[in-house]
Amino acid sequence: MAGEALDGAPLVRARGLRKDFGGFTAVDGIDFEVRRGEVFGFLGPNGAGKTSTMRMVGCVSPSTGGTLEVLGLDPSSDGPAIRSRLGVVPQEDNLDTELSVWDNFIVYGRYFGLPRAVIKERAEELLDFARLTERRHDRVDPLSGGMKRRLTIARALVNEPEMVLLDEPTTGLDPQARHLLWDRLYGLKRQGVTLILTTHYMDEAEQLCDRLVVMDEGRIVDEGSPRQLIERHVTAEVVELRFAEPELQAKAEPVATEVADRYEALADRLLLYTDDGDATRRALADRGVEALTELTRRASLEDVFLVLTGRTLDD
Amino acid sequence: MSALVVRALERELLVYARTWRGNVFTSFIQPLLFLGAMGLGLGGLVDDAGGAAGTDYLVFVAPGLLAASALLSSAGESLWGVMGGVKWMGQFNSMVATAMVPGDVYGGLVLSTGVRSFIAAVPFLVVATLFGGVTSWLAPLALVPTVLVAMVGSAVLSAYSVTKQDDSTFPIIMRLGIIPLFLFSGTFFPVEQLPDAVRPVVWISPLWHGVEATRDATAGGVDGVTALHIAVLAAVLAAAVPMGVRGFTRRLTP
Repeated sequence: MAGEALDGAPLVRARGLRKDFGGFTAVDGIDFEVRRGEVFGFLGPNGAGKTSTMRMVGCVSPSTGGTLEVLGLDPSSDGPAIRSRLGVVPQEDNLDTELSVWDNFIVYGRYFGLPRAVIKERAEELLDFARLTERRHDRVDPLSGGMKRRLTIARALVNEPEMVLLDEPTTGLDPQARHLLWDRLYGLKRQGVTLILTTHYMDEAEQLCDRLVVMDEGRIVDEGSPRQLIERHVTAEVVELRFAEPELQAKAEPVATEVADRYEALADRLLLYTDDGDATRRALADRGVEALTELTRRASLEDVFLVLTGRTLDD
Repeated sequence: MSALVVRALERELLVYARTWRGNVFTSFIQPLLFLGAMGLGLGGLVDDAGGAAGTDYLVFVAPGLLAASALLSSAGESLWGVMGGVKWMGQFNSMVATAMVPGDVYGGLVLSTGVRSFIAAVPFLVVATLFGGVTSWLAPLALVPTVLVAMVGSAVLSAYSVTKQDDSTFPIIMRLGIIPLFLFSGTFFPVEQLPDAVRPVVWISPLWHGVEATRDATAGGVDGVTALHIAVLAAVLAAAVPMGVRGFTRRLTP
Protein backbone atom coordinates (compact mmCIF):
# COMPACT_ATOMS: atom_id res chain seq x y z
CA MET A 1 0.00 0.00 0.00
CA ALA A 2 1.27 3.48 -0.81
CA GLY A 3 2.71 5.34 2.13
CA GLU A 4 2.83 2.19 4.27
CA ALA A 5 6.12 1.64 6.03
CA LEU A 6 7.46 -1.69 4.82
CA ASP A 7 8.61 -4.28 7.32
CA GLY A 8 12.14 -3.47 8.28
CA ALA A 9 11.80 0.12 7.11
CA PRO A 10 12.12 2.58 9.99
CA LEU A 11 8.89 4.00 11.41
CA VAL A 12 10.58 7.34 11.95
CA ARG A 13 13.45 8.68 9.90
CA ALA A 14 14.92 12.10 10.70
CA ARG A 15 17.78 13.75 8.83
CA GLY A 16 19.18 17.08 9.92
CA LEU A 17 15.91 17.74 11.74
CA ARG A 18 15.65 21.27 13.14
CA LYS A 19 13.23 23.29 15.19
CA ASP A 20 13.71 27.02 15.62
CA PHE A 21 11.38 29.22 17.63
CA GLY A 22 12.23 32.72 16.43
CA GLY A 23 15.88 33.11 17.28
CA PHE A 24 15.97 30.14 19.64
CA THR A 25 17.06 26.74 18.36
CA ALA A 26 15.36 23.92 20.25
CA VAL A 27 16.50 21.09 17.97
CA ASP A 28 19.72 21.65 16.10
CA GLY A 29 19.91 19.24 13.18
CA ILE A 30 19.49 15.69 14.49
CA ASP A 31 19.55 12.32 12.70
CA PHE A 32 17.81 9.26 14.09
CA GLU A 33 15.72 6.30 13.07
CA VAL A 34 13.15 4.34 15.03
CA ARG A 35 12.54 0.71 14.03
CA ARG A 36 9.32 -1.20 14.30
CA GLY A 37 8.76 -2.93 17.64
CA GLU A 38 11.55 -1.26 19.57
CA VAL A 39 11.46 1.02 22.57
CA PHE A 40 13.40 4.07 21.55
CA GLY A 41 14.39 6.73 24.06
CA PHE A 42 15.51 10.32 24.14
CA LEU A 43 17.56 10.86 27.27
CA GLY A 44 18.59 14.31 28.32
CA PRO A 45 18.04 17.09 30.81
CA ASN A 46 15.15 19.55 30.65
CA GLY A 47 15.60 21.88 27.70
CA ALA A 48 17.62 19.39 25.64
CA GLY A 49 15.06 19.45 22.81
CA LYS A 50 13.36 16.14 23.58
CA THR A 51 9.82 17.48 23.76
CA SER A 52 10.25 19.60 20.63
CA THR A 53 11.46 16.50 18.79
CA MET A 54 8.52 14.47 20.06
CA ARG A 55 6.07 17.15 18.98
CA MET A 56 7.52 17.11 15.48
CA VAL A 57 7.28 13.32 15.30
CA GLY A 58 3.71 13.60 16.66
CA CYS A 59 2.88 16.02 13.79
CA VAL A 60 1.74 18.81 16.09
CA SER A 61 4.72 21.04 15.41
CA PRO A 62 6.12 21.65 11.94
CA SER A 63 9.88 21.23 11.56
CA THR A 64 11.87 24.25 10.46
CA GLY A 65 14.61 22.32 8.69
CA GLY A 66 15.85 18.91 7.61
CA THR A 67 13.64 16.00 6.67
CA LEU A 68 11.27 13.90 8.73
CA GLU A 69 9.32 10.83 7.75
CA VAL A 70 6.83 9.19 10.12
CA LEU A 71 5.22 5.85 9.23
CA GLY A 72 6.54 6.38 5.73
CA LEU A 73 4.57 9.63 5.37
CA ASP A 74 5.41 13.32 5.38
CA PRO A 75 4.16 15.17 8.51
CA SER A 76 3.84 18.45 6.63
CA SER A 77 1.24 17.06 4.22
CA ASP A 78 -0.13 13.92 5.90
CA GLY A 79 -0.49 15.08 9.52
CA PRO A 80 -4.00 13.75 10.18
CA ALA A 81 -3.26 10.41 8.48
CA ILE A 82 -0.10 9.95 10.56
CA ARG A 83 -1.67 11.11 13.80
CA SER A 84 -4.57 8.72 13.40
CA ARG A 85 -2.00 5.88 13.65
CA LEU A 86 -0.13 7.34 16.64
CA GLY A 87 -0.82 7.34 20.35
CA VAL A 88 0.37 10.44 22.18
CA VAL A 89 1.00 10.75 25.90
CA PRO A 90 2.06 14.32 26.62
CA GLN A 91 4.18 15.48 29.52
CA GLU A 92 1.18 17.09 31.23
CA ASP A 93 -1.99 15.04 31.45
CA ASN A 94 -4.58 16.86 29.38
CA LEU A 95 -7.60 14.76 30.19
CA ASP A 96 -11.14 16.11 30.23
CA THR A 97 -11.22 16.42 33.99
CA GLU A 98 -14.92 17.38 34.20
CA LEU A 99 -15.83 14.14 32.44
CA SER A 100 -15.82 10.60 33.76
CA VAL A 101 -13.08 8.09 33.06
CA TRP A 102 -15.40 6.33 30.64
CA ASP A 103 -16.41 9.52 28.81
CA ASN A 104 -12.76 10.36 28.29
CA PHE A 105 -12.37 7.21 26.20
CA ILE A 106 -15.53 7.88 24.23
CA VAL A 107 -14.74 11.52 23.49
CA TYR A 108 -11.15 10.79 22.54
CA GLY A 109 -12.04 7.85 20.32
CA ARG A 110 -14.47 10.07 18.45
CA TYR A 111 -11.58 12.40 17.56
CA PHE A 112 -10.30 9.58 15.37
CA GLY A 113 -13.66 9.18 13.70
CA LEU A 114 -14.18 5.77 15.34
CA PRO A 115 -17.74 4.44 15.71
CA ARG A 116 -19.09 4.40 19.26
CA ALA A 117 -19.51 0.61 19.35
CA VAL A 118 -15.82 0.11 18.54
CA ILE A 119 -14.72 2.65 21.13
CA LYS A 120 -16.87 1.04 23.84
CA GLU A 121 -15.40 -2.37 23.17
CA ARG A 122 -11.85 -1.04 23.32
CA ALA A 123 -12.58 1.13 26.35
CA GLU A 124 -13.57 -1.98 28.33
CA GLU A 125 -10.20 -3.56 27.61
CA LEU A 126 -8.30 -0.34 28.20
CA LEU A 127 -9.98 0.20 31.57
CA ASP A 128 -8.61 -3.16 32.53
CA PHE A 129 -5.19 -2.32 31.10
CA ALA A 130 -5.12 0.90 33.13
CA ARG A 131 -6.53 -0.88 36.20
CA LEU A 132 -9.31 1.67 36.38
CA THR A 133 -12.35 -0.56 35.85
CA GLU A 134 -13.73 0.28 39.30
CA ARG A 135 -13.33 4.00 38.69
CA ARG A 136 -15.00 4.05 35.29
CA HIS A 137 -17.95 6.20 36.38
CA ASP A 138 -15.87 8.59 38.48
CA ARG A 139 -14.90 12.01 37.35
CA VAL A 140 -11.24 12.34 36.40
CA ASP A 141 -10.50 15.34 38.60
CA PRO A 142 -10.13 13.57 41.95
CA LEU A 143 -8.07 10.61 40.63
CA SER A 144 -4.49 10.24 41.86
CA GLY A 145 -1.54 11.29 39.70
CA GLY A 146 -0.71 7.68 38.86
CA MET A 147 -4.29 6.92 37.86
CA LYS A 148 -4.50 9.99 35.65
CA ARG A 149 -1.25 9.01 33.99
CA ARG A 150 -2.47 5.46 33.34
CA LEU A 151 -5.71 6.87 31.97
CA THR A 152 -3.80 9.23 29.67
CA ILE A 153 -1.78 6.29 28.38
CA ALA A 154 -4.82 4.03 28.01
CA ARG A 155 -6.73 6.79 26.24
CA ALA A 156 -3.85 7.15 23.79
CA LEU A 157 -4.35 3.49 22.81
CA VAL A 158 -8.00 3.84 21.83
CA ASN A 159 -7.12 4.10 18.12
CA GLU A 160 -4.87 1.00 18.36
CA PRO A 161 -1.77 2.97 17.41
CA GLU A 162 1.25 1.43 15.72
CA MET A 163 3.53 3.73 17.62
CA VAL A 164 3.10 5.44 21.00
CA LEU A 165 4.92 8.64 21.93
CA LEU A 166 5.45 9.10 25.66
CA ASP A 167 6.88 12.39 26.87
CA GLU A 168 8.34 12.02 30.37
CA PRO A 169 5.84 9.28 31.20
CA THR A 170 6.64 8.91 34.90
CA THR A 171 7.70 12.40 35.93
CA GLY A 172 6.04 13.37 39.19
CA LEU A 173 4.94 9.85 40.13
CA ASP A 174 5.88 7.97 43.29
CA PRO A 175 8.08 4.85 42.91
CA GLN A 176 5.17 2.41 43.17
CA ALA A 177 3.17 4.22 40.50
CA ARG A 178 6.25 4.34 38.27
CA HIS A 179 6.79 0.59 38.51
CA LEU A 180 3.16 -0.09 37.71
CA LEU A 181 3.47 2.17 34.67
CA TRP A 182 6.67 0.54 33.50
CA ASP A 183 4.91 -2.80 33.78
CA ARG A 184 2.09 -1.51 31.55
CA LEU A 185 4.63 -0.21 29.02
CA TYR A 186 6.41 -3.58 28.93
CA GLY A 187 3.01 -5.09 28.16
CA LEU A 188 2.64 -2.80 25.16
CA LYS A 189 6.11 -3.66 23.95
CA ARG A 190 5.29 -7.37 24.15
CA GLN A 191 2.27 -6.71 21.95
CA GLY A 192 4.64 -5.33 19.34
CA VAL A 193 3.78 -1.66 19.76
CA THR A 194 6.68 0.64 18.98
CA LEU A 195 7.36 3.06 21.81
CA ILE A 196 9.24 6.33 21.73
CA LEU A 197 9.83 7.96 25.05
CA THR A 198 11.68 10.89 26.48
CA THR A 199 13.01 10.85 29.99
CA HIS A 200 15.49 12.53 32.21
CA TYR A 201 15.53 9.50 34.50
CA MET A 202 18.42 7.26 33.66
CA ASP A 203 16.89 4.30 35.47
CA GLU A 204 13.79 4.63 33.30
CA ALA A 205 15.89 4.73 30.15
CA GLU A 206 17.89 1.69 31.29
CA GLN A 207 14.78 -0.25 32.26
CA LEU A 208 12.70 0.42 29.19
CA CYS A 209 14.80 1.37 26.19
CA ASP A 210 16.22 -1.00 23.62
CA ARG A 211 18.02 1.88 22.06
CA LEU A 212 18.38 5.50 22.92
CA VAL A 213 19.97 8.74 21.95
CA VAL A 214 21.50 11.11 24.46
CA MET A 215 20.43 14.69 23.77
CA ASP A 216 21.97 17.88 25.02
CA GLU A 217 21.32 21.46 23.88
CA GLY A 218 19.34 20.40 20.83
CA ARG A 219 21.89 17.92 19.56
CA ILE A 220 22.34 14.16 19.76
CA VAL A 221 25.62 13.43 21.50
CA ASP A 222 25.55 9.64 21.18
CA GLU A 223 23.33 6.72 20.36
CA GLY A 224 23.15 3.03 21.27
CA SER A 225 21.66 0.54 23.70
CA PRO A 226 22.00 1.44 27.39
CA ARG A 227 24.66 -1.27 27.76
CA GLN A 228 26.59 -0.14 24.68
CA LEU A 229 26.62 3.45 25.85
CA ILE A 230 27.86 2.48 29.28
CA GLU A 231 30.57 0.24 27.85
CA ARG A 232 31.61 2.87 25.33
CA HIS A 233 31.93 5.78 27.72
CA VAL A 234 32.40 4.56 31.25
CA THR A 235 33.90 1.76 33.25
CA ALA A 236 31.91 -1.10 34.76
CA GLU A 237 31.86 0.38 38.27
CA VAL A 238 31.81 3.72 39.97
CA VAL A 239 33.13 4.51 43.42
CA GLU A 240 31.32 7.48 44.95
CA LEU A 241 33.07 9.40 47.68
CA ARG A 242 31.54 12.10 49.85
CA PHE A 243 33.70 14.22 52.08
CA ALA A 244 33.11 16.17 55.27
CA GLU A 245 34.85 19.27 53.86
CA PRO A 246 35.24 20.54 50.27
CA GLU A 247 38.98 20.91 50.90
CA LEU A 248 39.25 17.19 51.64
CA GLN A 249 37.58 16.46 48.30
CA ALA A 250 40.03 18.80 46.55
CA LYS A 251 42.93 17.03 48.23
CA ALA A 252 41.65 13.62 47.15
CA GLU A 253 41.48 14.59 43.48
CA PRO A 254 45.18 14.04 42.69
CA VAL A 255 44.92 10.59 44.32
CA ALA A 256 41.86 9.83 42.24
CA THR A 257 43.87 10.11 39.01
CA GLU A 258 46.23 7.42 40.33
CA VAL A 259 43.69 4.86 41.51
CA ALA A 260 40.94 5.17 38.88
CA ASP A 261 40.67 5.28 35.08
CA ARG A 262 39.08 8.71 35.34
CA TYR A 263 37.14 10.80 37.80
CA GLU A 264 34.48 13.48 37.86
CA ALA A 265 34.35 16.07 40.63
CA LEU A 266 30.79 17.16 41.42
CA ALA A 267 29.81 19.80 43.92
CA ASP A 268 28.99 17.28 46.62
CA ARG A 269 30.96 14.18 45.68
CA LEU A 270 33.77 12.60 43.72
CA LEU A 271 33.02 9.89 41.16
CA LEU A 272 35.82 7.43 40.41
CA TYR A 273 35.42 5.32 37.26
CA THR A 274 37.03 1.93 37.56
CA ASP A 275 36.56 -1.65 36.45
CA ASP A 276 37.26 -2.93 39.95
CA GLY A 277 35.64 -0.92 42.70
CA ASP A 278 37.07 -2.95 45.56
CA ALA A 279 40.65 -2.60 44.32
CA THR A 280 40.16 1.14 43.91
CA ARG A 281 38.83 1.46 47.43
CA ARG A 282 41.76 -0.51 48.83
CA ALA A 283 44.16 1.73 46.92
CA LEU A 284 42.41 4.80 48.33
CA ALA A 285 42.73 3.45 51.86
CA ASP A 286 46.44 2.67 51.27
CA ARG A 287 46.99 6.30 50.25
CA GLY A 288 45.20 7.56 53.34
CA VAL A 289 42.12 9.05 51.66
CA GLU A 290 39.31 9.16 54.19
CA ALA A 291 35.85 9.87 52.90
CA LEU A 292 32.74 10.45 54.97
CA THR A 293 30.84 7.87 52.90
CA GLU A 294 32.04 5.51 50.23
CA LEU A 295 30.02 3.32 47.94
CA THR A 296 30.62 1.19 44.88
CA ARG A 297 27.89 0.91 42.27
CA ARG A 298 27.42 -0.15 38.67
CA ALA A 299 27.96 2.55 36.11
CA SER A 300 24.72 3.97 34.76
CA LEU A 301 23.47 6.19 31.96
CA GLU A 302 23.77 9.08 34.39
CA ASP A 303 27.52 8.56 34.22
CA VAL A 304 27.40 8.34 30.44
CA PHE A 305 25.62 11.65 30.35
CA LEU A 306 28.13 13.21 32.71
CA VAL A 307 31.04 12.03 30.60
CA LEU A 308 29.41 13.16 27.35
CA THR A 309 28.31 16.59 28.52
CA GLY A 310 30.20 17.35 31.70
CA ARG A 311 26.87 17.90 33.45
CA THR A 312 24.43 15.80 35.45
CA LEU A 313 20.91 15.14 34.18
CA ASP A 314 19.41 17.29 36.94
CA ASP A 315 21.38 20.39 35.93
CA MET B 1 -11.35 22.52 9.28
CA SER B 2 -12.26 18.91 8.50
CA ALA B 3 -15.35 16.74 8.82
CA LEU B 4 -14.14 15.84 12.31
CA VAL B 5 -15.29 19.27 13.48
CA VAL B 6 -18.54 17.55 14.50
CA ARG B 7 -16.50 15.38 16.89
CA ALA B 8 -15.13 18.50 18.54
CA LEU B 9 -18.70 19.77 18.78
CA GLU B 10 -19.73 16.48 20.41
CA ARG B 11 -17.06 16.95 23.03
CA GLU B 12 -18.09 20.50 23.82
CA LEU B 13 -21.72 19.46 24.18
CA LEU B 14 -20.85 16.48 26.36
CA VAL B 15 -18.83 18.70 28.68
CA TYR B 16 -21.78 21.13 28.65
CA ALA B 17 -24.21 18.34 29.52
CA ARG B 18 -22.00 17.17 32.38
CA THR B 19 -21.45 20.65 33.81
CA TRP B 20 -24.86 22.22 33.09
CA ARG B 21 -25.43 23.14 36.72
CA GLY B 22 -22.57 25.62 36.54
CA ASN B 23 -24.00 27.15 33.36
CA VAL B 24 -27.60 27.31 34.39
CA PHE B 25 -27.28 30.74 36.00
CA THR B 26 -25.58 32.62 33.15
CA SER B 27 -27.53 30.82 30.44
CA PHE B 28 -31.07 30.66 31.83
CA ILE B 29 -31.59 32.47 35.11
CA GLN B 30 -29.64 35.64 34.44
CA PRO B 31 -31.56 36.51 31.24
CA LEU B 32 -34.84 35.83 33.03
CA LEU B 33 -33.83 38.10 35.91
CA PHE B 34 -33.05 40.81 33.38
CA LEU B 35 -36.41 40.20 31.78
CA GLY B 36 -38.15 40.55 35.13
CA ALA B 37 -36.25 43.65 36.23
CA MET B 38 -36.12 45.48 32.90
CA GLY B 39 -39.22 44.27 31.17
CA LEU B 40 -41.66 44.24 34.05
CA GLY B 41 -40.07 46.53 36.65
CA LEU B 42 -38.51 49.26 34.58
CA GLY B 43 -41.06 48.62 31.82
CA GLY B 44 -43.88 49.83 34.07
CA LEU B 45 -42.22 53.24 34.39
CA VAL B 46 -41.35 53.46 30.71
CA ASP B 47 -44.87 52.58 29.60
CA ASP B 48 -46.35 55.17 31.99
CA ALA B 49 -44.12 57.70 30.28
CA GLY B 50 -45.35 56.74 26.81
CA GLY B 51 -43.48 53.51 25.96
CA ALA B 52 -40.40 52.84 23.87
CA ALA B 53 -40.46 53.06 20.10
CA GLY B 54 -44.22 52.97 20.20
CA THR B 55 -44.59 49.56 21.88
CA ASP B 56 -44.76 48.07 25.35
CA TYR B 57 -41.32 48.24 26.89
CA LEU B 58 -41.39 44.50 27.55
CA VAL B 59 -41.97 43.87 23.85
CA PHE B 60 -39.09 46.19 23.09
CA VAL B 61 -36.59 44.87 25.60
CA ALA B 62 -37.26 41.10 25.47
CA PRO B 63 -35.63 40.53 22.04
CA GLY B 64 -32.79 42.85 23.02
CA LEU B 65 -32.12 40.76 26.11
CA LEU B 66 -32.35 37.56 24.12
CA ALA B 67 -29.64 38.57 21.66
CA ALA B 68 -27.49 40.39 24.22
CA SER B 69 -27.53 37.42 26.62
CA ALA B 70 -26.33 35.19 23.81
CA LEU B 71 -23.33 37.49 23.41
CA LEU B 72 -22.65 37.65 27.15
CA SER B 73 -22.57 33.89 27.65
CA SER B 74 -20.52 33.29 24.52
CA ALA B 75 -17.96 35.84 25.75
CA GLY B 76 -17.18 33.94 28.93
CA GLU B 77 -16.83 30.63 27.11
CA SER B 78 -14.65 32.12 24.43
CA LEU B 79 -12.28 34.04 26.67
CA TRP B 80 -11.69 31.98 29.82
CA GLY B 81 -12.92 28.77 28.23
CA VAL B 82 -10.33 28.97 25.47
CA MET B 83 -7.54 29.79 27.89
CA GLY B 84 -8.52 26.68 29.83
CA GLY B 85 -8.42 24.55 26.72
CA VAL B 86 -5.06 25.73 25.45
CA LYS B 87 -3.31 26.31 28.75
CA TRP B 88 -4.89 25.67 32.13
CA MET B 89 -6.35 22.25 31.33
CA GLY B 90 -4.76 21.66 27.94
CA GLN B 91 -7.54 19.56 26.41
CA PHE B 92 -7.22 21.34 23.08
CA ASN B 93 -3.65 20.07 22.88
CA SER B 94 -4.87 16.51 23.27
CA MET B 95 -7.44 17.08 20.54
CA VAL B 96 -4.91 18.09 17.90
CA ALA B 97 -2.77 15.03 18.67
CA THR B 98 -5.50 12.98 16.98
CA ALA B 99 -6.85 12.89 13.43
CA MET B 100 -8.32 16.34 14.04
CA VAL B 101 -6.74 19.64 13.02
CA PRO B 102 -6.70 22.89 15.05
CA GLY B 103 -9.48 24.34 12.88
CA ASP B 104 -11.74 21.50 14.04
CA VAL B 105 -11.22 22.48 17.66
CA TYR B 106 -12.04 26.09 16.84
CA GLY B 107 -15.01 25.17 14.67
CA GLY B 108 -16.38 22.84 17.34
CA LEU B 109 -16.16 25.64 19.86
CA VAL B 110 -17.99 28.15 17.67
CA LEU B 111 -20.67 25.63 16.72
CA SER B 112 -21.18 24.54 20.31
CA THR B 113 -21.63 28.15 21.39
CA GLY B 114 -24.37 28.36 18.77
CA VAL B 115 -26.05 25.20 20.04
CA ARG B 116 -25.81 26.34 23.64
CA SER B 117 -27.32 29.72 22.85
CA PHE B 118 -30.15 27.92 21.07
CA ILE B 119 -30.78 25.74 24.12
CA ALA B 120 -30.86 28.83 26.35
CA ALA B 121 -32.97 30.92 23.96
CA VAL B 122 -35.92 28.55 23.67
CA PRO B 123 -37.04 28.71 27.33
CA PHE B 124 -36.38 32.47 27.33
CA LEU B 125 -38.68 32.91 24.34
CA VAL B 126 -41.36 30.79 26.01
CA VAL B 127 -41.22 32.78 29.24
CA ALA B 128 -41.14 36.09 27.37
CA THR B 129 -44.20 34.97 25.41
CA LEU B 130 -46.06 34.05 28.62
CA PHE B 131 -45.40 37.53 30.02
CA GLY B 132 -46.59 39.18 26.83
CA GLY B 133 -43.16 40.19 25.52
CA VAL B 134 -43.68 38.45 22.17
CA THR B 135 -46.30 39.66 19.73
CA SER B 136 -45.52 37.85 16.48
CA TRP B 137 -46.05 34.32 15.27
CA LEU B 138 -42.70 34.60 13.56
CA ALA B 139 -40.96 34.78 16.96
CA PRO B 140 -39.17 31.41 16.54
CA LEU B 141 -37.27 33.04 13.69
CA ALA B 142 -35.54 35.10 16.40
CA LEU B 143 -33.46 32.01 17.11
CA VAL B 144 -31.55 32.58 13.87
CA PRO B 145 -30.01 35.97 14.74
CA THR B 146 -29.64 34.92 18.40
CA VAL B 147 -27.57 31.87 17.49
CA LEU B 148 -25.60 33.93 14.97
CA VAL B 149 -24.79 36.57 17.61
CA ALA B 150 -23.44 33.83 19.90
CA MET B 151 -21.39 32.32 17.09
CA VAL B 152 -19.98 35.69 16.02
CA GLY B 153 -19.06 36.42 19.64
CA SER B 154 -17.38 33.05 19.97
CA ALA B 155 -15.62 33.23 16.61
CA VAL B 156 -14.19 36.69 17.24
CA LEU B 157 -13.36 36.38 20.94
CA SER B 158 -11.80 32.93 20.80
CA ALA B 159 -9.72 34.04 17.80
CA TYR B 160 -8.47 36.78 20.10
CA SER B 161 -8.05 34.81 23.33
CA VAL B 162 -6.12 31.98 21.66
CA THR B 163 -3.32 34.44 20.91
CA LYS B 164 -2.95 35.40 24.58
CA GLN B 165 -0.61 33.85 27.11
CA ASP B 166 -2.84 34.59 30.11
CA ASP B 167 -6.24 36.03 31.00
CA SER B 168 -5.00 39.44 32.19
CA THR B 169 -6.68 41.37 29.34
CA PHE B 170 -9.99 39.51 29.49
CA PRO B 171 -11.67 41.67 32.16
CA ILE B 172 -10.80 44.73 30.05
CA ILE B 173 -12.38 43.12 26.99
CA MET B 174 -15.50 42.49 29.05
CA ARG B 175 -15.67 45.99 30.57
CA LEU B 176 -14.65 48.08 27.58
CA GLY B 177 -15.90 45.81 24.80
CA ILE B 178 -18.73 43.50 25.67
CA ILE B 179 -20.56 45.54 28.33
CA PRO B 180 -20.74 48.73 26.18
CA LEU B 181 -22.01 46.59 23.29
CA PHE B 182 -24.54 45.05 25.66
CA LEU B 183 -25.76 48.48 26.79
CA PHE B 184 -25.68 50.52 23.59
CA SER B 185 -26.70 48.15 20.80
CA GLY B 186 -30.37 49.07 20.92
CA THR B 187 -30.87 46.51 23.65
CA PHE B 188 -32.52 48.64 26.35
CA PHE B 189 -33.47 51.75 24.40
CA PRO B 190 -33.82 52.69 20.74
CA VAL B 191 -30.60 53.79 19.08
CA GLU B 192 -32.45 56.95 18.02
CA GLN B 193 -32.06 58.14 21.62
CA LEU B 194 -28.31 58.41 21.07
CA PRO B 195 -26.72 61.60 19.67
CA ASP B 196 -26.57 61.60 15.85
CA ALA B 197 -22.80 61.48 15.86
CA VAL B 198 -22.70 58.24 17.84
CA ARG B 199 -25.28 56.31 15.85
CA PRO B 200 -22.99 55.21 12.99
CA VAL B 201 -20.75 53.64 15.63
CA VAL B 202 -23.64 51.46 16.72
CA TRP B 203 -24.18 50.25 13.16
CA ILE B 204 -20.85 48.44 13.24
CA SER B 205 -21.87 46.58 16.39
CA PRO B 206 -22.74 43.01 15.39
CA LEU B 207 -24.97 42.87 18.43
CA TRP B 208 -27.06 45.78 17.12
CA HIS B 209 -27.73 43.83 13.91
CA GLY B 210 -28.60 40.82 16.03
CA VAL B 211 -30.93 42.80 18.29
CA GLU B 212 -32.69 44.45 15.35
CA ALA B 213 -33.26 41.14 13.55
CA THR B 214 -34.39 39.45 16.77
CA ARG B 215 -36.81 42.29 17.46
CA ASP B 216 -38.20 42.12 13.91
CA ALA B 217 -39.01 38.48 14.56
CA THR B 218 -40.58 38.75 18.03
CA ALA B 219 -42.36 42.11 17.65
CA GLY B 220 -43.47 41.66 14.02
CA GLY B 221 -41.68 43.42 11.20
CA VAL B 222 -39.67 40.82 9.36
CA ASP B 223 -38.66 42.30 6.03
CA GLY B 224 -35.72 42.78 3.71
CA VAL B 225 -33.86 44.79 6.33
CA THR B 226 -34.08 41.82 8.70
CA ALA B 227 -32.39 39.70 6.08
CA LEU B 228 -29.75 42.39 5.69
CA HIS B 229 -29.01 42.32 9.43
CA ILE B 230 -28.63 38.57 9.30
CA ALA B 231 -26.38 38.86 6.27
CA VAL B 232 -24.14 41.27 8.18
CA LEU B 233 -23.83 38.79 11.06
CA ALA B 234 -23.05 35.98 8.64
CA ALA B 235 -20.42 38.15 6.97
CA VAL B 236 -18.72 38.98 10.28
CA LEU B 237 -18.71 35.28 11.13
CA ALA B 238 -17.24 34.40 7.73
CA ALA B 239 -14.54 37.01 8.19
CA ALA B 240 -13.65 35.89 11.72
CA VAL B 241 -13.34 32.16 11.00
CA PRO B 242 -10.13 32.28 8.94
CA MET B 243 -8.52 34.41 11.66
CA GLY B 244 -9.61 31.94 14.31
CA VAL B 245 -8.36 28.96 12.34
CA ARG B 246 -5.00 30.67 11.88
CA GLY B 247 -4.80 31.59 15.57
CA PHE B 248 -5.66 28.10 16.75
CA THR B 249 -3.19 26.56 14.30
CA ARG B 250 -0.38 28.81 15.49
CA ARG B 251 -1.14 28.22 19.14
CA LEU B 252 -1.82 24.49 19.12
CA THR B 253 0.76 23.42 16.52
CA PRO B 254 3.60 25.90 17.01
